[in-house]
Amino acid sequence: MNIAVAIDDVSHEAVPSASEAGPAPKRIVVAYGFWIFLLSDIVMFSALFAAYAVLVRGTAGGPTGAQLFNQASVAIETACLLVSSYTCGMMSLAVNARRRVNTYFFAVITFVLGAAFLYLEVREFADMIARGATPQRSAFLSAFFTLVGCHGLHVTAGLIWLAVMLAQVAVRGFRASVQRRLLCFALFWHALDIIWVWLFTVVYLMGVRP
Amino acid sequence: MTDARYDRAPGDISISAEAERRTLSDVGIYTIGLAAAVILTATSFWVANTSLLWSPGIPLGLVVLAIAQMGVHLVFFLHITTGPDNTNNVLALAFGVLIVFLVVVGSLWIMTNLNDNMMPPPELMNLHMQH
Repeated sequence: MNIAVAIDDVSHEAVPSASEAGPAPKRIVVAYGFWIFLLSDIVMFSALFAAYAVLVRGTAGGPTGAQLFNQASVAIETACLLVSSYTCGMMSLAVNARRRVNTYFFAVITFVLGAAFLYLEVREFADMIARGATPQRSAFLSAFFTLVGCHGLHVTAGLIWLAVMLAQVAVRGFRASVQRRLLCFALFWHALDIIWVWLFTVVYLMGVRP
Repeated sequence: MTDARYDRAPGDISISAEAERRTLSDVGIYTIGLAAAVILTATSFWVANTSLLWSPGIPLGLVVLAIAQMGVHLVFFLHITTGPDNTNNVLALAFGVLIVFLVVVGSLWIMTNLNDNMMPPPELMNLHMQH
């Protein structure tokens, strides 16, 4: 036993460091590049968050957040997105294990939950606009629709991406290129959930307080 | 072990050699993350609506809960670790967090100052002139 450990240690030290090992596999390079993109996307969202936080009192005599926001609807949206993040993780595990049926199953659940989130958000927007709370009404509403709408657009893009990835798995199977794209999709979907955590905290929970 | 000399791709759950040593299954990691996120989210909604807590402290409490939940997502869903194969991912993340902090806090700081120093509305200015 001791001998085995000693041999293992030697072979471990014999492995060259990352800089001497040559170029990293494409999976690592692609995922890291996508990670950088996601961080820059989050920086863009931080600008929208800053604009919202600055303009939140600028209601110009129009409706305030406390009058407009429906917390029950927001709670359901949050639950949809959180559970879809979990099923997206389950899908990643199924992809790593190359289990096709499980991949489809969890991808479809993720898609349905994402679509439910989007439906609730669009209904909320339509309801607000019907009550005269359009983006033109006040600086607060402009900032609100930009921030929440931008997140909604990201979710829409994610849903389209997921549908395309399902088609790619069906046609091409678990190729290396398809697996890389699925890894990037999982990163994107989890990042959207992190942004939503800040959205419901800053916009909906802090916004309803007097 | 051959993969260990490379960095780990962000979002990749584990290298096979490491998964054998771990007691917790991959599904278990995600499930713990989901449970923690649900508890933190429920706490956030409760804190925002309760009258039991000191109300000026509630925004700060909500921010702390959001930061905690962001940590849960990063660790359990995105699998960011402190391991040496994750250094690049953590450094990129730290830089992103720095920029986000500068943009948000800097904007709020400057705009609050501007609001405080803004000229009073014209009616008030006229009032000053008359005296």
